[in-house]
Amino acid sequence: MLELRNVWKSYRVGTLGSKRLTAVRDVSIDIAPGEVLSVVGESGSGKTTIGKMVLQLTSVTRGSILLDGADVTARGHAARKAYYRRVQGVFQDPFSSYNPIFKADRIFEAVRESYFPAVKRAEWSARVDDVLQGVRLDPGSVLGKYPHQLSGGQLQRMLIARALLLDIQVLVADEIISMLDASTRIDVLNLLGELKERGLGVLFITHDLSLANYISERVVIMRHGAVVEAGATGKVFTDPRHPYSRNLLASVPQLHRKWSDSDAEPEALEPDGDRDVPPPPLTEVDEHHWVAGV
Amino acid sequence: MTLEVEGLKVHYRTLKGDVRALDGVSFSLADGEIVGLAGESGCGKTTLGKSLIRLDGRMRHVAGTAVLDGEELPIGDDKAMNPRRWSAVSIIPQYSMSALNPTRRIGRMIAELLRSRGKSYRDHRDELVRRLELVGLEARVLDNYPIELSGGMKQRVVMVLSTLLDPSLLIADEVTSALDVTNQKAVAETLVRFRDMGFVKSMIVVTHDLSLVYQIADTIMVMYAGQIVEKAPAETIIKAPRHPYTRALIGALPEVGLEYGDERLQSIPGKPPHLLHPPTGCRFRARCPLAADECAAEPPIVAVEAGHEVSCWKAAD
Repeated sequence: MLELRNVWKSYRVGTLGSKRLTAVRDVSIDIAPGEVLSVVGESGSGKTTIGKMVLQLTSVTRGSILLDGADVTARGHAARKAYYRRVQGVFQDPFSSYNPIFKADRIFEAVRESYFPAVKRAEWSARVDDVLQGVRLDPGSVLGKYPHQLSGGQLQRMLIARALLLDIQVLVADEIISMLDASTRIDVLNLLGELKERGLGVLFITHDLSLANYISERVVIMRHGAVVEAGATGKVFTDPRHPYSRNLLASVPQLHRKWSDSDAEPEALEPDGDRDVPPPPLTEVDEHHWVAGV
Repeated sequence: MTLEVEGLKVHYRTLKGDVRALDGVSFSLADGEIVGLAGESGCGKTTLGKSLIRLDGRMRHVAGTAVLDGEELPIGDDKAMNPRRWSAVSIIPQYSMSALNPTRRIGRMIAELLRSRGKSYRDHRDELVRRLELVGLEARVLDNYPIELSGGMKQRVVMVLSTLLDPSLLIADEVTSALDVTNQKAVAETLVRFRDMGFVKSMIVVTHDLSLVYQIADTIMVMYAGQIVEKAPAETIIKAPRHPYTRALIGALPEVGLEYGDERLQSIPGKPPHLLHPPTGCRFRARCPLAADECAAEPPIVAVEAGHEVSCWKAAD
């Protein structure tokens, strides 16, 4: 459904854009309906840039992004607005996603104003109640409140509900639960699971491997802007082939093993080289399991 | 005993009344002990950390004592606390990446800080450089402005700076939550190394991430609604938790290996009570799966084993 084909992204940085930073290098991924694809990597790996490109918040330098086979690059306001009916994003910090001086439910009204001006108020509030129940929120306890009166988990779920009002096909979820408490993050995570069962495609961007493993069938691990390992979640996590993936997996704090129990030193990794040369190609080492540069 | 806290109560003054962020907290810390302090947001864990070093304008010390190395900390007295800060008690703040003065080179900022404590930069510079190298930073960073360093580097500078005067007690408040996994591990292991090398005698690690604190802490305390509900060696808290709240917290953690299809993780229903008028009896009772009539009364503190204390009516079952 959503497909990235050999996508590259370079930013201009430095004084007057004198330098170039290549943030994403030759990334090809695809998401099917009813699937959660996780993109995992550390800060600076380019994972957020991928989300931004899918949401057209930044342009694609080379390559293309296709939705149902058609290039998504919108020309003009109308095309972009139509695109956002099908693809929406939710971001990391729920508190800065809202305008603190307005009530939080204003986000629903904004959707009505720009997309459904013909819908009557009564019918619209019935729809809002529906989607809120769909994200397991009690409409009575979240409507008419200011952002500071709601918890982070409630705010994130309202943003997801807002996206659902638009009948979207793809949701870009960029670190949406990393700022939430352990007790509420699970609700949001399970909600993503329910959305996938309803046929939505989710691009789940995270640095937390255990979350990626819990929620997604397929995972893509990125480093320095390029994909180093990709494939079925079970395979990548039980049998990581790239040294970077192994290091990453070893650093995850877990309850059934302590770091101090294993003496394994982190493996040496290739330093960040010239980012303009194409990254090592992915080879299929096993069914549904690709690794770069073996 | 490095630190002994007895019946500590700290309230926030608001227009509506006092918010009882810490409502009778007692615990002790042995020499060389790293204790993890876990709980949801708003349970008072940051307040506990801050109370031991500096109360901000809204906070009021109501009752209780904290004794550090045999000497009582004048918690409510800002002036009297000042000589103890940094040298006896030190903190790595929650947003340490923005803790550095952006208008000063790092070396100069540290020099000014030392001078404000009546110490000479020249005497401490060699030790400072040695410790920076220990965390993988070159002496050159002292000539940099904070903006020239990455988030992880700034974090390490602050860690070295906070422990430069070998404090007896270090409070590390959510030091890893803004970092990604590889940096998280490096920072957490550095904390342990600082303890092992004697830069700090003991440490309180405040975090909401139980799986991280399990990696480094000797003891874990779980806080709920301004009180400590369970305290035990790290291994015991994770393997044999007694308090329903601790169990729920652990039950909400996704582990590598667990998948959505196999088993649904459970969140904790409801939210922590507001501490303006905390509920009577057991404060977790409204969200507790085991709640019964007896829970309307203040729960007893039960010592299930040596070093394992639970504040729950059901602990004995």
